[in-house]
Amino acid sequence: MISRKGQDRVFGWLMGLSLAGVVAALIAIAGCVAVRGAAGFTWRMLIETPKGGYYLGGEGGIANAIVGSLCLAVGATLLSALFSLPASLALQREYASPRLSRAARLLFDTLAGVPSIVWGALGFVVMSWLGMRASLLAGMATLAVLIFPIMTCAMAEAVKAVPPGVKEAARGLGASRTQTSWLVVARQALPGLLAAVLLAFGRGIGDAASVLFTAGYTDHIPRSLLDPVASLPLAVFFQIGTPYPEAQARGYASALVLLVIVLLVSFSSRLAGRRLSRHVLR
Amino acid sequence: MPHISIHKLTVSYGGHVALKDASVDIPDKRITVILGPSGCGKSTLLRSVNRLNDLHEEVSVQGQVLVDGEDVYAAGADELSLRAKVGFLSQRPCPLPMSVADNVSFGPRIHRLTPDQMLRRIGLEPRGDRNGAVSLLVEHYLKLAGLWDEVKDRLRAPAANLSLGQQQRLALARALAVEPEAILADEPTSALDPISAQLIEKRFLALKEKYTVVLVTHILRQAKRLADHVVFLYMGEVVESAPASEFFASPRDPRTRAYLAGEIS
Amino acid sequence: MDTRRQDALVAGWMRGALLLGGALALAACVGLFAKAWPILSSASLLAGLLSPDWAPAQGEFGLLPFAAGTVAVTLLAMILATPVCVLSALCISEKLSRRWRDAAKLAVDVMAGIPSVVYGLFGVIVVVPFVRALARAVGSESSGYSLLAGGVVLAIMVSPVIVSIAAEALESVPRGAREAALSLGATRWETVRHVLLRHARPGIVSGVIIGFARAFGETMAVMMVVGNAPRVPRSLLDSACPIPALIANAYGEMMSVPRYEAALMLAALALMLAVAAFNLAARLTLARWHGRAA
Repeated sequence: MISRKGQDRVFGWLMGLSLAGVVAALIAIAGCVAVRGAAGFTWRMLIETPKGGYYLGGEGGIANAIVGSLCLAVGATLLSALFSLPASLALQREYASPRLSRAARLLFDTLAGVPSIVWGALGFVVMSWLGMRASLLAGMATLAVLIFPIMTCAMAEAVKAVPPGVKEAARGLGASRTQTSWLVVARQALPGLLAAVLLAFGRGIGDAASVLFTAGYTDHIPRSLLDPVASLPLAVFFQIGTPYPEAQARGYASALVLLVIVLLVSFSSRLAGRRLSRHVLR
Repeated sequence: MPHISIHKLTVSYGGHVALKDASVDIPDKRITVILGPSGCGKSTLLRSVNRLNDLHEEVSVQGQVLVDGEDVYAAGADELSLRAKVGFLSQRPCPLPMSVADNVSFGPRIHRLTPDQMLRRIGLEPRGDRNGAVSLLVEHYLKLAGLWDEVKDRLRAPAANLSLGQQQRLALARALAVEPEAILADEPTSALDPISAQLIEKRFLALKEKYTVVLVTHILRQAKRLADHVVFLYMGEVVESAPASEFFASPRDPRTRAYLAGEIS
Repeated sequence: MDTRRQDALVAGWMRGALLLGGALALAACVGLFAKAWPILSSASLLAGLLSPDWAPAQGEFGLLPFAAGTVAVTLLAMILATPVCVLSALCISEKLSRRWRDAAKLAVDVMAGIPSVVYGLFGVIVVVPFVRALARAVGSESSGYSLLAGGVVLAIMVSPVIVSIAAEALESVPRGAREAALSLGATRWETVRHVLLRHARPGIVSGVIIGFARAFGETMAVMMVVGNAPRVPRSLLDSACPIPALIANAYGEMMSVPRYEAALMLAALALMLAVAAFNLAARLTLARWHGRAA
């Protein structure tokens, strides 16, 4: 039997090793993608679209996927925010009873966990029902549905953290609950709200399963909402699977670009959170 | 005729009765102090006047509160204009999450005052320039609250950066900017240091020329300094209501006497 | 328009947005159920769901391989991830100083945001060759695209979720509890074992269940490394095909064969309900624990 102190020391080691392992995995993933991605990367790739058939052919870049992903994610984020913001404000006591609010939060939490492939399949069903083909619009809508519960949950947390004294102060001046919600609560919760939007954006731009059926894939940059559109995750998936080294290089480059975008979004969300907290009470 | 008048007001939260059958007339343009030990219903009484009690869940109100002759609890009564008519200062000053200047101008903005209306309120000629009108308005009320000199260089700074005493005076300026007829204050100095407290008290003394002031406090000395009229509350009931001189010199009820003697607190 | 009317209108829009969530959930369930009806309504096909034979062209829709694949890869991921994640969470909350704690949490947050394709890519580059080498070392044959590879990749993927929820649960244990144990002379390990884990258990368990649900529904990362063979896996080194991969791979093919789509939608419905059930259970456990502790 190991002594008590011995047990404690072993435990300490195991804890440290585990955390180190988790962090090492992170570094390995980022490093792996960065190294392979950088190897075949050229700056021209960012502005050129692939030429000569997307599985074959050596030339061209990944502009189709970059522009496509940005269009999909920005469109979906704006569409979702249009509903997430009012929904999160509607969870306050002034608009919904505590029971309704609790049930709604649970519902949104559960919806946020629905696998994206399910939304993709449903999106496909709706598309065929409407007679639509795979397009930017369909992809945006499906992505918006995916990130709507995620954004709402995160925004609701931000709204919940607003100190009640601030609301009382505004109401005491004669502000209606709507004026209080939109002029005061939203202002106080702004860092959290923005973080929620960026969180949802990051989630959306990295998702493949929801756009697999609904956005299609193409070599070109879409010219209208009804054109099919490429996306970075699918660009990685399709091009890695080919035997052609040029296509594979483009696949790694796509992964690198995607990773960089996601990291930028994550860091800017923290930065914005700090800048916007000037007027916020602690 | 008294401006604010309370008739047989009973307020309960859930099953707990906080105020029982309270009836009191608040005299105009004087400082009325609501006095009593903690937890006896003073805040409830105060918050019933501007219906801030409504924000509580499970609150039930019976009786009447007449402001300018109209019952504020009547069906169809407009609580938004009521709150513009009756300003409120809470114990912990809560600045709105905006700059100092925006805090002051918040009230006039949400009540949708035009620049002309703003300028006329502070006794100036209409000029038609919105930004200019707002700045003049902000300056006027900050001066009234005794804060102008300390913040005139940082009107755009976040209000959250001010000290607690400054924040409370900012809250006063903010409340005054909606041009109320009365000001309710719920223990406005209990969270402040002695110097800031003194500044606030001086402000109230200056304000009573123009406004009816109702002040809740549990500090006997503050009541003696400020009150023109005193209402003594004990265990949810109005025990005694009299002009200050009478109240402190010859209290009628034995409970009042016990309180003033320091036996109950 | 006066303030009151404005208030009422805007409030209506806000409540409408809230109801949108409910409408979405309802539409999803109804839509999938309706699409799966051709199979649900036929007793023979319904019974055939449990068979291990998947041959849509011959009208055989046995979903057993995929259910088995999903459960196997998810369980494997959880077995690999849970001890490591709980220990990591303990390290974060008990061992690290303030600055390191924030750094570790930052790292975990960043990890949580990495897209699944990137995990899949890592799997293809590192994990699959590793499994191939491992197979050779034990005298077996494997392409590397296997249950084991899928399990490892999934384990890494869900780690950030479990670590952050578990760390939060541990941090919210009141300081008094720790002090009580330590002041009696307990070691750190003993404090963890007898006090902390007991206090934080509902929170940690919720985190694990939520991680499980995430792994259950994950598509891309798994699809890239697991082999996608539509049969019941016989060993860790064998290929498998979890349900999300089934649905994703069938794109394009399903229109030509009758009832193929219905089978897939049924699988999607089952997936959605299973994941929702896990998440609900986890959230309710968390809520009850908060209610008790608060």
